[in-house]
Amino acid sequence: MGKIIRENLNNDGVDRRGFLKCMAWAGTGTLCLVQGGVLKSFALSEVANMDQSKLKGDLSFVQISDSHIGFDKAANPDVTATLREAIAKINGLGQPPAFVLHTGDLSHLSKASEFDTLDQTLKSIHTEKIFYVPGEHDVLNDNGEQYRERYGKGSLGDGWYSFDQKGVHFIGLVNVMNLKAGGLGSLGKEQLEWLEHDVKTLKSSTPIVVFAHIPLWSVYPEWGWGTDDSAQALSYLKRFGTVSVLNGHIHQVMQKVEGNVTFHTAMSTAFPQPQPGTAPSPGPMKVPADKLGGLLGLTNVNFVRGKHTLAVVDSTLQG
Amino acid sequence: MKTAISKLIVATAMLGALGWISASNARFGVSAASAQGAAKSQEVVVKIDNFSYMPHDITVAAGTTVIWVNNDDIPHTVVSTTDAFKSKALDTDDKFSFKFDKPGTYEYFCSIHPKMTAKVIVQ
Repeated sequence: MGKIIRENLNNDGVDRRGFLKCMAWAGTGTLCLVQGGVLKSFALSEVANMDQSKLKGDLSFVQISDSHIGFDKAANPDVTATLREAIAKINGLGQPPAFVLHTGDLSHLSKASEFDTLDQTLKSIHTEKIFYVPGEHDVLNDNGEQYRERYGKGSLGDGWYSFDQKGVHFIGLVNVMNLKAGGLGSLGKEQLEWLEHDVKTLKSSTPIVVFAHIPLWSVYPEWGWGTDDSAQALSYLKRFGTVSVLNGHIHQVMQKVEGNVTFHTAMSTAFPQPQPGTAPSPGPMKVPADKLGGLLGLTNVNFVRGKHTLAVVDSTLQG
Repeated sequence: MKTAISKLIVATAMLGALGWISASNARFGVSAASAQGAAKSQEVVVKIDNFSYMPHDITVAAGTTVIWVNNDDIPHTVVSTTDAFKSKALDTDDKFSFKFDKPGTYEYFCSIHPKMTAKVIVQ
């Protein structure tokens, strides 16, 4: 664990061995420390023996993802219960998060009743605010109108926005709209222009956190796990010292470092999906009930100001 | 795959028994071109399984209604690349049908998982 992946066979920074190593992290829980753009990772079992003060930052927030409220199939017949477990974990953190990011697929079928259940359930999180970006399951049948009405107040276009917290610039992007046949996730011209403008006046020393539903790097294009125009978006962020990209969609933890950019995908609170290429399709993965909690979870992120340090801790519902 | 092929063979045999002429087609396709004077309301089923349309490409006679059935645990859609037809999100076991009156090649995809593409060829 903890080695930077150096062999690069398909220009995405991840070779097969590194890829499998990343995959092995899923469900076990991982702590990542980024210092000056270099990522170090530790299993959560190691973290228990570490100096806990190093895990606290000036800013702490939690990422949850892929709640899929309304899903009731064999892979997890009660996704609201597992979301509640994730919330209990959040409420049990030593340092309450300043806010929570939900990186999409709040609902399974964009139904009003599903959004209602989500809202009701999330009310019990001990945090100041919850920020959202939509997943493809949240914008079904109405081009995301209901999503924006409920969660996109003050956002632009399909629901993108940015905000600042303790010197960190956060950017929420939408890459699940207007998808083209045969393509991947898409940001679109209008959003890219907005992004370029949004970061133009920021100092290069500003830490940047980008969050969106579908990964902004090529995880596994064969299953649609990537975004067609993400390279354009990342080109606007090249001059910044520290860029962290948080995504959901693939229901498992994967990480990659590319130059100044650290990519991270989160577990789902609802059901796991198979590792890339290990199943006929990326559909929900059925696992024995006692194993499910180990494959669902949340991500806790801490910033230490002045040191450009980002710590990402993935914890499972079981762990 | 074996199962899928045997299902196709059974389906083809059944069409033959109904007085239809079935012709072999491209390796991913299945033909339901009708004989002259066949019943007007022909139907062909395309299953959505494992993030794929099965059969992938189909060739049908003009006037055929194609019925898509979603067998996955995840919703999918059936959307024409030329806006000729567009389903709502289909949950598990939901169906969508469209009657193809005009000959031509109709490409379509799942707007939720756009890697899923296929086509209907109407003769």
